[in-house]
Amino acid sequence: MATMLQPPAADLLTPPGDAFLRFENVSKVYPTPTGPYTVLDGIDMAVNQGEFMCVIGHSGCGKSTLLNMVSGFSTPSSGQVVLHGNAITKPGPDRMVVFQGYALLPWFSAYDNVYLAIDSVKPDLPAVEKKEITREHLAMVGLTEAADKKINQLSGGMKQRVAIARALAIRPEVLILDEPFGALDAITKEELQEELLTIWNTQKCTVLMITHDIDEALFLADRLVMMTNGPAAKIGEIMEINFPRPRNREEIMEDPIYYDMRNQALDFLYSRFAHDDTE
Amino acid sequence: MVSVPQPSAGSSKNPIRWLMLNRSTWLYPLLGIGGFLLVWQISASLNLTRLPGPLSLWTNERTRELLLYPFYDRGGLDKGLFWQTMASLGRVAQGYLLAALVGISAGITVGLSPALNRAFDPLFQFLRMVAPLAWVPIALVIFQKNQPAAIFVIFITAIWPILINTAEGVRQIPQDYRNVALVLQMSKGRFFTKVLIPSALPYIFTGLRISIGLAWLAIIAAEIVMSGIVGIGFFIWDSYQQNYLSDIILAVLWIGAVGLLLDRAMAWLQSRLTPGQ
Repeated sequence: MATMLQPPAADLLTPPGDAFLRFENVSKVYPTPTGPYTVLDGIDMAVNQGEFMCVIGHSGCGKSTLLNMVSGFSTPSSGQVVLHGNAITKPGPDRMVVFQGYALLPWFSAYDNVYLAIDSVKPDLPAVEKKEITREHLAMVGLTEAADKKINQLSGGMKQRVAIARALAIRPEVLILDEPFGALDAITKEELQEELLTIWNTQKCTVLMITHDIDEALFLADRLVMMTNGPAAKIGEIMEINFPRPRNREEIMEDPIYYDMRNQALDFLYSRFAHDDTE
Repeated sequence: MVSVPQPSAGSSKNPIRWLMLNRSTWLYPLLGIGGFLLVWQISASLNLTRLPGPLSLWTNERTRELLLYPFYDRGGLDKGLFWQTMASLGRVAQGYLLAALVGISAGITVGLSPALNRAFDPLFQFLRMVAPLAWVPIALVIFQKNQPAAIFVIFITAIWPILINTAEGVRQIPQDYRNVALVLQMSKGRFFTKVLIPSALPYIFTGLRISIGLAWLAIIAAEIVMSGIVGIGFFIWDSYQQNYLSDIILAVLWIGAVGLLLDRAMAWLQSRLTPGQ
């Protein structure tokens, strides 16, 4: 496992072996009428502070389950997920989630959704500061003008921007994104990927992101976790992505290494762990 | 050639033109209602039924007086139909507000607790099938007086749709919203005001709107059975006892109109308080 712990970038604070976020022999088993069903089996992984990590794998391989054990919505059947040396047992604002369906409250405006998050997590902060943080984060995702619009008046891309602004406004240590851009058109998707990188560069929180898109992972991530097929999914391979930051999409795509990595990931997903369509 | 008439602008400004363009919205209802009244009047004139025709509202002298002077008050039970209706509405308001208060609180409690829901849902489903009239003797036994008994009948009739819909609304809060509250570690009070109530509000209003109609139906039934009170229900019963049949028709018109107004008012309130949902 030592190779996995190697830091991908030079500016990391945490020494290997004493990682910020660790999966320690994590398994998840669900009881079913036909007997126990193992979703994840013996996951060992370390994530460094400030690292951007993408998780890829076929549907049903337990990616969401893996991340739910970081957010605390799910707990391991055996093993543990450790953040800062403490086992994760329940959800908390230090591990904020950008939910798959945005999960914004439709009876509030974009502004109120962000403000409510800050107000819930830091109720003692002066109102002026809470308002300032709200405006600042809406501006970061380019929503200053749409701030007072109700959620239902916003497009999918704008909703996702609000969700990201809300998640980052509470300054989480870990940001968890479950296929955040899956439902968006290609142009909006690229815009949002770039915005996410820009914000991440300024805040340096640790990011765990599920994706189905290899190009997205190669553009965003420091490391790409490729999972084997379920049941009893494991970590198949972890790919280091060492393009210098800040990244430029065109430059990366001109790099011959990009295609090597892309082919390696494709080979993993479609040859070695091809999805069984009859499932 | 001073100006070119614009069909869209002209149709909204000129009322006669508007009526012509939207014939189907007013002509068919008018034909339907007119036809109904005509058949009724003919069958009454031919003595096919003892029920007087719609014209009796005007031809019967006593009924015409009731029709033209809804605000008279000669003391006791001898009041105009406006005051009779107001007395009934007052009872409905009390019973209905009580039902809303208890129904919403109980509905939220039951909706939040699967155990309580399982314990009480069969009882609620059973009790809501009991007709308002069946509650009248029970209410009279419990309270021994007409006024509180009438309010109780309203309450017990109106509460079930409010309670059941509120509980359903709370159960239907999307898991995503609950998860947001969990990850932000919202306090109970904040979850209640910012997530639970807004999320369940459309369901609560569905219950409130069903119930206002039921409450109005129930008060008439209750008053008919409880003698000697001012109220449109007892007015009908009293008229029947004295064979003032055209008075009954007039009172029924009032009841229908008020019921329609109550329902519209709730619909309006609902559209104001739950926009865009």
